[in-house]
Amino acid sequence: MNDLSFLHRLPAEKPLNLSRRGLFAAAAGTLVLGIAVPASRPRAQASAQGKVQPGTRIPAFLEIRPDSTVLLRSPFVEGGQGIYTALSQIIGEELDLEPARFVVETAPPGADYLMIDGLRFTGGSFSVRSSYEAMRKLGASARHMLLEAAAAEWRVARNTLTTRPGLVVHEASGRTLPYGQLASAASKLKAPETVALRDKGQFRYIGKPVQRLDVRDKSTGQAKYAIDTQIEGMLFAAVQHSPRLGGEPATLKNEAAIRAMPGVHSVHRLPGAVAVAANNWWRASKAVEALEVEWKEPPAGTAGAMPANFSSESHLAHLVSRPGNGMEAEIHGNPAEAFPRAAKIVEATYTAPHLAHGQLEPPSATARFNADGSLELWAPNQAPEFFQQAAAKVAGLAPEKVIIHSPILGGFFGRHFLYASANPFPQAILLAKATGRTVKLVWSREEEFLRDAVRPMAVARFRAGIGADGMPIALEAVAINEGAVGRWFGRQPNKVDSSAVEGLAEKPYAVPHRRVGHILVDDPAVIGFWRSVGHSMNDFFFETFFDEMAQAGGQDPYELRLRLLAGSPRHRSLLEAVAALSGGWKRGPFAAADGSMRARGVAMASPFGSEVATIAEVSIAGGEITVHDVWVAIDPGSIVNPAIIEAQVQSAVALGVSSALLEEVVYVNGMPQARNYDGYPILPPTRMPKVHVRIIESGAKMGGIGEPGLPGVPPAIANAVAALNGQRLRNLPFAKAKLDPVRG
Amino acid sequence: MELTVNGKKHQLDVEADMPLLWAIRDVLGLTGTKYGCGVAQCGACTVLVDGVATRSCVTPVEAVAGQAITTIEAIEADAVGRKVVDAWVNVQVAQCGYCQSGQVMAATALLKQIPKPSDAQIAEAMTNLCRCGTYNAIAAAVRQAAQA
Repeated sequence: MNDLSFLHRLPAEKPLNLSRRGLFAAAAGTLVLGIAVPASRPRAQASAQGKVQPGTRIPAFLEIRPDSTVLLRSPFVEGGQGIYTALSQIIGEELDLEPARFVVETAPPGADYLMIDGLRFTGGSFSVRSSYEAMRKLGASARHMLLEAAAAEWRVARNTLTTRPGLVVHEASGRTLPYGQLASAASKLKAPETVALRDKGQFRYIGKPVQRLDVRDKSTGQAKYAIDTQIEGMLFAAVQHSPRLGGEPATLKNEAAIRAMPGVHSVHRLPGAVAVAANNWWRASKAVEALEVEWKEPPAGTAGAMPANFSSESHLAHLVSRPGNGMEAEIHGNPAEAFPRAAKIVEATYTAPHLAHGQLEPPSATARFNADGSLELWAPNQAPEFFQQAAAKVAGLAPEKVIIHSPILGGFFGRHFLYASANPFPQAILLAKATGRTVKLVWSREEEFLRDAVRPMAVARFRAGIGADGMPIALEAVAINEGAVGRWFGRQPNKVDSSAVEGLAEKPYAVPHRRVGHILVDDPAVIGFWRSVGHSMNDFFFETFFDEMAQAGGQDPYELRLRLLAGSPRHRSLLEAVAALSGGWKRGPFAAADGSMRARGVAMASPFGSEVATIAEVSIAGGEITVHDVWVAIDPGSIVNPAIIEAQVQSAVALGVSSALLEEVVYVNGMPQARNYDGYPILPPTRMPKVHVRIIESGAKMGGIGEPGLPGVPPAIANAVAALNGQRLRNLPFAKAKLDPVRG
Repeated sequence: MELTVNGKKHQLDVEADMPLLWAIRDVLGLTGTKYGCGVAQCGACTVLVDGVATRSCVTPVEAVAGQAITTIEAIEADAVGRKVVDAWVNVQVAQCGYCQSGQVMAATALLKQIPKPSDAQIAEAMTNLCRCGTYNAIAAAVRQAAQA
């Protein structure tokens, strides 16, 4: 996801009538750099003063406290990707303060935090790369003001002063003052117009494996997630949704009996659901599950409703059977002319199922109406301003009357965007209104599997023309799917949704004549962003088909990649780096030390501004694929924390292996069949490969980290399987395939 | 119903079949123990019952009345638990962190029973799910805690 033009199309088919103008209504903050104020209310409130340049006003971000620790209000939500730590490294580097002295929370809605092209969300692997320069300047400016405050205090010239972490120092006299004692005076000064940044060669925190700020709290149960919200006197609520999206509760046959259950406070009808509020969640959940609800089906053709006859099987067949080569997303040379010159034609069709996010923290929302008429909401979210706007609409309040808390996320992977029907907060607001109490609503795991916004189902059809010399001369790829960007940010009639074709388009290989097309077919499911979005399936399609082209031309897949990357030194050296990391390219099959026959596959991807090369080693036994080792070379241009990058690659590999081998949401009669992890297995520890990571800082423009490690994994596995048994796995997940025996 | 949690006795006015998880979270207000699946698939709710790793989401309170229940909030008061937490921090295991309470409890139970587990014994005991895929770091941290 690098094409940001979609952001400026907001709103289109907006889920809850989001108004882009409204996003800017909550404007300038009134924070001071200085003494900490109890954080009971967000302080980035509307102000009449002019336009705010996001990422520039120090008080909106930093509060230097008397003990010289810093409260940092992060524009981005922490969900495990390490953004709180990375921002502390970046700002700490320039401010001259150890990252460990930062306390970080996600900032309230406000114009200061609209860091991504004038909008704010945590996703697209954008957080560090979109804010790196601004956060450095912020830290450097704050340091400058502290130096000025000390110069005034001591009546010396500013340029006679320097800093050590957390201290301003006057070397000549040996005097020092901690930042905490200067913060109040510094806050009354004007921020400098320009400020010098630290030389890269002198970095102490950026580029170093600084420890995460949150690991101890997360290892001792102290970290608080949205689901852990506790408000005195709150009710606990649980819901039962219509099994098919679009159904409405008609009669509740045993409502009186349910009301009489222990601890039950009240029974509620909600849009598309019923709810029970009780004095603990288990009672609420037990009661709502016992409610016998007759669901009224929506009239056929109702927008957004799930058709009663929808099944994964029939939708996949529908996608596969769409004719044509679609709207052009990319073209090089003249494929139509080149194909007839080919000595050989290779064709194949690939498929990918819907996928669930499966983050371990079930969605929840706590809603409280305050005496001053404001609404306070604690909800997992990747986009506070979007949620604020939507919540205001539900509550019938002005957006500035809605206070959004954005706790750390118990995993996200794209789960917590504003997807209509996939978030519990509108229900929590309605329940708080109906009961006059604070309500914490938690979706059971079963309700989460029912209402998650799934990865779109996708098909890709390929045709390649191979020359007499075995080199591909023409390549056509047609994506058949609906992209999540188009669904939530609006479609453009004459432009292909980049999220539908990313991973097929913009590949680096110099095939002289190539075309990527897109056939848009509406996905009847509620679709969403899933870690690495279109790349998560399209790079599987492309890179696996690449090996089919190599085979048709009688070429080794690694060598063919190298040849087609001859004009791209960055990609070529990355590919060589992953081969070296794995001990030299060795396709196999070969006998491993334990006697098993194994083989390796290779794949490349260019996701989210970074470049990645991946090698996987597999064996097959008992009808199952074992992934033993995965080697990943990643080039994000330049980096902030190598330890966090390695952890993110480990994580992306895990999800990549999981999606390749196991995962599939199956709909029958418009309903997802799996409602818990027993029916939707995710990668267990026993199937986790060893992961080896090499980070390469090529100096190119900074790319993303959270997602790029994923897309190369499924194709590297598929290509390794083909090397091992000659079988082409074209349909995800591989658990569905009957595996051929290994070639001896 | 009397429950002994983290060395403290509590009188609870709850149904006998209420899962221990919800007694801990909603009645006692200890939120370090997590709800993940409710059907003993993920292990986010793991606590110690008389030192044994137990999935509290499917354990009725009546089954553990009178037994010593330890939750993540008291883990550092336990000598083995403290070693495990230190190893978790050293190895920097956590990402989103949601499953890690349960992982730390499972590791503590393992090392109480088998102070120097083999890799196979670690694999057999550490079955909790982690969607962030911190599995390699978890195994490394268990090995490190066993050496400490």
